[in-house]
Amino acid sequence: MSDHNKDIDQPTGVETTGHEWDGIKELNNPLPRWWLYIWYATIAFSIVYMVIMPAIPALPGLGTNTPGIGGHSDRMNVAAEIDDLRTGRAGTGSMLVDASLEEIETDRSLQQFAMAAGESAFGDNCATCHGAGGRGAKGYPTLADDVWLWSGTLDGIEYTLRHGIRHDPDPETRFSAMPAFGRDRLLTRAEIDDVVSHVMTLSGRGDDDNDAAGRGEDIFAAQCASCHGPNGEGDKTIGAPDLTDQDWLFGGEYDEVYNSVYNARNAHMPAWGERLDDATIKALSVYVHSLGGGE
Amino acid sequence: MPQINLIPSRSPPPVPPPQDLYAKRKQIYPKLAHGKFRTVKWVAMGVLLGVYYLIPWLRWERGAGVPDQAVLADFAGERFFFFGIEIWPQEAYYLAGLMILAAIGLFLVTSLFGRVWCGYACPQTVWTDLYIWVERAFEGDRAKRIRLDKAPWGLNKAARKIGKHIVWVLIAFVTGGAFILYFHDARLIAQTFFIGEAPLSAYWFAGLLTFTTYALAGTMREQVCTYLCPWPRIQAALTDEDALNVTYRYDRGEPRGPHRKGESWQGRGDCIDCKQCVQVCPVGIDIRDGPQLECIHCALCIDACDGIMKTVGRPTGLIAYDTDTAVAARAVGMKPKYRLVRARTVLYFVLMTAIASLMAFGLLNRGTIEVNVLKDRSPPYVRLSSGLIQNGYTLKLVNKAGETREMEISIADDEGFTLKVVGIETVAGEPILLPVASNGVDRYRLLVTTPEQASDGRQHFQLVLTDVETGEIHTNRTSFMAPGE
Repeated sequence: MSDHNKDIDQPTGVETTGHEWDGIKELNNPLPRWWLYIWYATIAFSIVYMVIMPAIPALPGLGTNTPGIGGHSDRMNVAAEIDDLRTGRAGTGSMLVDASLEEIETDRSLQQFAMAAGESAFGDNCATCHGAGGRGAKGYPTLADDVWLWSGTLDGIEYTLRHGIRHDPDPETRFSAMPAFGRDRLLTRAEIDDVVSHVMTLSGRGDDDNDAAGRGEDIFAAQCASCHGPNGEGDKTIGAPDLTDQDWLFGGEYDEVYNSVYNARNAHMPAWGERLDDATIKALSVYVHSLGGGE
Repeated sequence: MPQINLIPSRSPPPVPPPQDLYAKRKQIYPKLAHGKFRTVKWVAMGVLLGVYYLIPWLRWERGAGVPDQAVLADFAGERFFFFGIEIWPQEAYYLAGLMILAAIGLFLVTSLFGRVWCGYACPQTVWTDLYIWVERAFEGDRAKRIRLDKAPWGLNKAARKIGKHIVWVLIAFVTGGAFILYFHDARLIAQTFFIGEAPLSAYWFAGLLTFTTYALAGTMREQVCTYLCPWPRIQAALTDEDALNVTYRYDRGEPRGPHRKGESWQGRGDCIDCKQCVQVCPVGIDIRDGPQLECIHCALCIDACDGIMKTVGRPTGLIAYDTDTAVAARAVGMKPKYRLVRARTVLYFVLMTAIASLMAFGLLNRGTIEVNVLKDRSPPYVRLSSGLIQNGYTLKLVNKAGETREMEISIADDEGFTLKVVGIETVAGEPILLPVASNGVDRYRLLVTTPEQASDGRQHFQLVLTDVETGEIHTNRTSFMAPGE
């Protein structure tokens, strides 16, 4: 458009673009100069960025994307950061590995570090089954109380953590198997009824004068006492639960105990020695030991 | 008198010339003033710059393991050191209190003396004044500067301009550099800064503050006060008709006009319209137009006017710190009354005193040990094999003292709970002692068990911690959860 054709808007004195809708004209107000310069700068920046950094995806022959001359990638950055973190923690981590569990628990600074590391590792790996703070659930032992099926000492907890419970691939795993007395027809339903009635009396939940409980005593001595002990006091070396206390992993009601005897309960825990490093296992042992006071 | 036409004309209005919506900045060339307020400002500038640049270098012996810098915001160590006072993150309310105190202090001073903060103490004022002083050293006073700016570029002009900017940047760098000294060990950072071994954040903040100092004090100046700063608006709203503000006494000055030596002063005002007050003004206003938003109340116009009044043989104080009510009273021939004691000044004073005493009381009486008991939320309780109920707690002990302590922990005896601390051997009849490291936080895990089988929901007990050495006792009431009825 030549100059003398310029359409000037009267009230503002600004040139129009020549576009008009329903009598409304568009004014030609240019962008502010500072805005334009920043815009040009971003364009220049984007070109430099595309050259240096990985930018254009899926070019034929280039694999996934243009790699950029900076040799830069998020994956590598994360790996480098994790490495930094590992080196940063290596000092205290190796101190955890070198020290015995008793030393960790009595050395204030090591203990505080182990507790913090153990708490976060517990949240990541253990809380899924054992609950936050080791509160437990039916079938998943509560770690905050004083009942330990296998062992509640520091070393015992560490062993359980490393090798798991009934974790077949680990030859040193803690293993025991209660027979399924009902399902495998070792006892009749009536016999199971009797023995459950007896077991209920061991923890003061049943009726001592019950005939069934009396009949069950003999069955208990023959079938159960070899593992659970003559008085039902359990045996931690083979993971046989104490039947005289108030703690029932799979429930202490009559039907629940009946179910346990009929089908047997053999829960699993994976061996964490395969997945976690030494320092983490030790930190976890100390943390779990502190939850309910351990043994 | 020109006729004002209120009847709209029938012909269409003429097309106005295209107008820029933004007015270009008018360059201001403040002239050097001489007088008592100028002197006060030089002194204030010297003291304030001295305080800013020297304080990081002051040392304060605090003993081993703690920084010896008198004023230090130690972010890495999570401490704030102010001479003998050490603020922990848990005590950030002292900093909030200090802010509130400073705000009310400004309210009080503003209601008494107007915008003295803007005029004398604001960093923008202090550094701009310093920058103008440098500018004057290189380019001369007002008239010379105006001539220089109009003159074509040459060696002389370029040398003066470049020299000025170099010194400005140097001052800006020293300003930005001094700022980081408040956040790190000043000696260490000064040594490592120039060999490239200081933390990245130090370079970043030094650079940022160098840039802002140069931009704000060198190139933006009064525009910061007029357009960027919200404080003049707030402060201007806080002053009232009884506050002492820089005021042109129109009752004495008008009608103004040139005055020849020997002429009578009868029937005219004292203002001879010499415009000295306008020429010295760093924000470029004419104080004779009355109170204005731009005015930073720096009183340089008072100095300029007083000088002129002396030469023409009239009393000084045509422009002075005065109140609106006083000027209005004099205008109608009444005796002005000054009321410094007013409801609002008394209120501010009382508030300030109250907050300051509260903070001083808190600071003087704060203990060097802090006890926090956090109850486990998960599990809320566990049933032990014996059927008793046990709760877990985390005990946090903050020791702000420089030495290790030992705290004896127990449960107030009438409550009957039993207490065990994980990792500490409990011998019946012997006290349970918890060591607490100096200058740090120690955590302990507590296990508390009920005395009885039956429990009913929430109970409470008192945890008692006794400092073995001083006998200082802290009690903490906390809850105990058991299965509900």
